[in-house]
Amino acid sequence: MAMDEAGGAPGAAKKFLYVNRKAPYGTIYALESLEVVLIGAAFEQDVQLAFLDDGVYQIVKNQSTDAIGAKNFSPTYKALGDYEVTKLYVEAEALEERGLTADDLMEITFEDEDDDWAEKPSINIVSRADMAKIMSEQDVILSF
Amino acid sequence: MAYDFNGATIEADEEGYLVDLSVWNPDLAVLIAEDEKIVMNDEHWEVVNFLREYYDEYQIAPAIRVLVKAMKKKFGGDKGSNKYLYELFPYGPAKQACKIAGLPKPTGCV
Amino acid sequence: MATLHTVNKSPFERSSFISALNHTVPGDKVLMIEDGVISARKGNTFADLVSSALSDCSVYVLAPDLAARGIAEGDLVEGVQTIDYGGFVDLVAECDRTQSWL
Repeated sequence: MAMDEAGGAPGAAKKFLYVNRKAPYGTIYALESLEVVLIGAAFEQDVQLAFLDDGVYQIVKNQSTDAIGAKNFSPTYKALGDYEVTKLYVEAEALEERGLTADDLMEITFEDEDDDWAEKPSINIVSRADMAKIMSEQDVILSF
Repeated sequence: MAYDFNGATIEADEEGYLVDLSVWNPDLAVLIAEDEKIVMNDEHWEVVNFLREYYDEYQIAPAIRVLVKAMKKKFGGDKGSNKYLYELFPYGPAKQACKIAGLPKPTGCV
Repeated sequence: MATLHTVNKSPFERSSFISALNHTVPGDKVLMIEDGVISARKGNTFADLVSSALSDCSVYVLAPDLAARGIAEGDLVEGVQTIDYGGFVDLVAECDRTQSWL
């Protein structure tokens, strides 16, 4: 959808980007963002999530919080598909700087209603330049 | 508030959701349901068990529309509808069924 | 279709300043507030980054935060503009979206 259309017709879906830049558990940002995403999903907008800087740690696999007394909310990212949040952009440079690769991330998928419910990956690895471009194409950015 | 369960006091918040999710058991569910004026039958249990499985996998109680969609997929169209779920849980399937299932109130549910 | 990027942390403390500059597209506006203004003082380690950002973006600092930290307007990296609270509001209104690099 073109930006001017999105801004124009009332009721038209707007492009929302949640920018996640903090690792989980050290601060409350990651969990707060996830909760807002889940609540906001009810408004049926075009929702996308960006993971950059330490935010990539939010979706790494094998998180185990038993010994720090915090709830491990990483499994909840796998429910995003049920909430029709199916576009998760992860910055390649942010992974690389931290010694991570796409294989270190959880498998997050959605079932494509328009393709006979085929299971498809929600995670898209994008370059820093593409991430900047994605940000520049939004109607609304929510920063965490 | 609290539930009096076989002589033991089970702590709940002011709306009746369990404070400690790990104390839940099926008998306690029946008691919480009674408090909600619900007599548990197989259909109620199907939803309650489904919610517990969902929570176990994703660590959240699903929003009502997500529950409806997921029920539809698992049990078919008749059971995957707002109407069916509201008949079972008249005061809101997400709220009431989650309470009986021993789960926190669904995120985004006011 | 510009984005306003705000930065409120010192570049010596957090990487948010560098991250912000890494995610601008030409025509965007970058505003330093609170400890973020530290990156705009001339001669600091990050001054060259500010200068290169100025080649295709506008860079602003919030004057009250600058004054609070004893940085004179004459001590800024050349090309950085100062604005007051009203100017901040104008920037938000002018831009299509705001990203806060918290």
